[in-house]
Amino acid sequence: MSRSTEILLALIGAALVLALAWAVPWLRFVMTIALAKGLAVLGILLLLRAGQVSFGHALYLAFAAYAVAFGASVVPETLVLLPLAALGAALLGLVVGLFVVRYREIFFGMLNLALSMVFYSVLEKFYAITHGTDGIRLPPTTFAGQTLSNEAQGWAMLVLALLLSLGFGALIRAYLASPMGQALAGIKTRETRLEFMGISGRRVLLAAYVLSALMAGCGGAVLAMTTRHVTPALAYWTASGELVFIAILGGAGSVFGPFLGAVAYELTRVYAAALVADAWQMILGLVLLLVILFAPGGLWGMGRALLARRRSA
Amino acid sequence: MGDWLSQNGLLLGLATLDGLSYAAAVFMVAVGLNLVFGVLRILNIAHGSLYAIGGYAAASLSLFLSSRGLPEWLSLPALVVAAALVGVLLGPVIERLLLRRVEGQEPVLQLLVTFALFMVLEDLQKLVWGVQPVVSDTPVRLLGNVEIPFGADTIPFTAYQLFVLPGIALLTLVGLAWFLRRTLAGRMIVAVTEDREAARAMGIDAAKVTLLTFTAGAALAALGGALASPVASLVPGVGAQTIVLSFAVVATAGLGRVEGAAVTALLIGLGRAFAVYFEPELEVVVPYIIMVLVLLIRPQGLFGTPETRRI
Amino acid sequence: MSVLLSARGLRIAFGGLKAADGIDLDVMEGEFLAIIGPNGAGKTTFINMATGYLRPQAGSITYDGQPILGLKPRRIVKAGIARSFQLPQLFTEHTVLENAALAIAARAGPWAPLAPLLQRRFRAEAEELLDRFGLLPLADRRADALNEGARKLADIAMAVALKPRLLLMDEPTSGVASAEKMAVVETLTRVLRDSRVTAVFVEHDMEVVARFADRVAVWGQGKIMALGPPQQILNDPAVLRDVIGVAPVGDGAGTGKEGAHAAT
Repeated sequence: MSRSTEILLALIGAALVLALAWAVPWLRFVMTIALAKGLAVLGILLLLRAGQVSFGHALYLAFAAYAVAFGASVVPETLVLLPLAALGAALLGLVVGLFVVRYREIFFGMLNLALSMVFYSVLEKFYAITHGTDGIRLPPTTFAGQTLSNEAQGWAMLVLALLLSLGFGALIRAYLASPMGQALAGIKTRETRLEFMGISGRRVLLAAYVLSALMAGCGGAVLAMTTRHVTPALAYWTASGELVFIAILGGAGSVFGPFLGAVAYELTRVYAAALVADAWQMILGLVLLLVILFAPGGLWGMGRALLARRRSA
Repeated sequence: MGDWLSQNGLLLGLATLDGLSYAAAVFMVAVGLNLVFGVLRILNIAHGSLYAIGGYAAASLSLFLSSRGLPEWLSLPALVVAAALVGVLLGPVIERLLLRRVEGQEPVLQLLVTFALFMVLEDLQKLVWGVQPVVSDTPVRLLGNVEIPFGADTIPFTAYQLFVLPGIALLTLVGLAWFLRRTLAGRMIVAVTEDREAARAMGIDAAKVTLLTFTAGAALAALGGALASPVASLVPGVGAQTIVLSFAVVATAGLGRVEGAAVTALLIGLGRAFAVYFEPELEVVVPYIIMVLVLLIRPQGLFGTPETRRI
Repeated sequence: MSVLLSARGLRIAFGGLKAADGIDLDVMEGEFLAIIGPNGAGKTTFINMATGYLRPQAGSITYDGQPILGLKPRRIVKAGIARSFQLPQLFTEHTVLENAALAIAARAGPWAPLAPLLQRRFRAEAEELLDRFGLLPLADRRADALNEGARKLADIAMAVALKPRLLLMDEPTSGVASAEKMAVVETLTRVLRDSRVTAVFVEHDMEVVARFADRVAVWGQGKIMALGPPQQILNDPAVLRDVIGVAPVGDGAGTGKEGAHAAT
């Protein structure tokens, strides 16, 4: 797909999100959450390119969310909290990454899972600081120094999430096409060769890992400021599984996949929960099964195939 | 040190006993997971759900038996029967309908199939058994307590946790080791684990071996849940908790022999029990800390062999 | 001619098998040195040791006068030693062009983070490289869709893209259809001579050795059993019979081919 087509698609997508949020006010919240998760999923996609599945990326999302929650009582300013929390997540990603990029496949996946579970239980057990499973409620934050109404703040967060999504989407698209991104994909097929070309596979993976932590951090910060409530559940392993779920649902073949997947996931979740309160998880599971069995390229792959068929017809 | 021991000796003893019985249940789940991963190369996330369903099924069967006024001792074989039923009914269905269809696909898709299955089974449990805790402690009451002499004191401990749980785990360990080494079917499983293509070339029906292994693994998970059901009440989320713990055991042990899973389960079970008694904040964290430390020193796991690629 | 690579007293054993049991070997700048010997003798092990993939239990290797043992493969690559593989190590989900471009980018690094791999300078060089190897028509194929001969050439091309001073090739013609073998050798000779690369190659096909090598080393029982120009080695009945169990080449191409099969 050409670059201009993709830019056009991205803008149409953004317009659709805004239109939806405007037409159905309560969807504004859902869309913001979806984009926030999409940002984290973009990081999962990056690691999937290297053939690695992290079952612990909720760690970075939750870390940034709690960073915002703690920070909001000191500096309740969105445009300060967000970058600081995201950078914090990236820094944590660097420290953890130095350790985990030495491992591959199940060891990589399980170490990520283990570390996120450690963070989860820290959040859960140290009640005095984190209020345990009750979590922390966030005070309202200002936006560029302005105290906004709830409505305006909601819009501000959506637009912010949208801008971050567009920015990171473009960044990751370029990154994947660059030697760095291509070497990353080389880890999946022939890491030994990289080493014999003078490239350290670990460093290539580390760069991607830190970037993925940064994006998950942005997602977590947006999530925290939108829901205004953080709980340890954000870091539980199922939350990490959800991110991988969305990556596959949307399709790992394009940077559109994560956002498409996240929007579809959140909408399905909201409607399934409204329809059958006790079985929304089951419905999501079934949707995922259908996608894997019948459309392994995810929603994005499905869309592309449809487009190609129409064009050839 | 002496002081500490005399003050905490009892706790230490109790923690050890608890740890042993806990390790027994963890071993049952982890060894099945390890077996399945060896043959299918899929880390089955739904394995924990099979544990939970095994537990619920055992509790239901036991409650059903007592509601009919049948003899209480039947609740003991009922544990095994329930687990076997779960394994035989669900195992082949999952393997045939889902896992076989993604054979040869990207590993992440295979992994996600089991995640999807996990989500489905989690809700299914809630629909069938509700969200209230389910308890059936007939086997525990039946066997009563044992007073274990400990220095000047005695530690009261349930006979069930002291004998039945570790006993069955030990039987499983010995039986499985014998099965894998001495029987034809077992050797086929080992052959497929080591090199699927080579095993196929030797005329081994890999599809059959896969089915057999998955069913056995499912039954082992269900048995773990069934055995734990009389001592721990069943609540939603127990499957999710169990599976991450088994992941920790499998990753710590590395891919390899069943003995590896046993030793690691013991290590992690005891570690967790000590945490429960001495540093309860660390309870959930201990298995992961053990895992991270082990992998720092031995990247292939305690019992795994480092993979050298031919180039 | 100066010594480019020098191995002294290399020892390594796998279980009971002594793959190297006191190997002394000098590679001279500019030469093509063939290593022949029975399967499993340790020839590939030599390449693995010289490129940092395996560490010998004893001995030393110096390159251009500097000790290189203990360096990671990628440091050794940066020092100027590249290698190709018996089983081609290509990025199977990338195209041939991308494979070549990635090798070129690896040499050229550091990378501008967001400039595409197939930017003009990398693409041009990759196309030129593939053209020299006769692979340009296959440039847009995925690497896993190539036949064995093309994969082998692509594998070597990626090593050549690194512009090494010393190239170690592990059975460059194994798996290549026998009809194409000599063409592959011609291509290789031309490319390597053009770029003034010193080459060491492990080979089973005596015809290829005769055509390609300046010197031949015979590896057997962990030692260098004989070393000399191909005319001498390939016509030494004792060496051939005792070490690799093949009939001498030189009576005609037919015997050469049979010899190659006997040794494989």
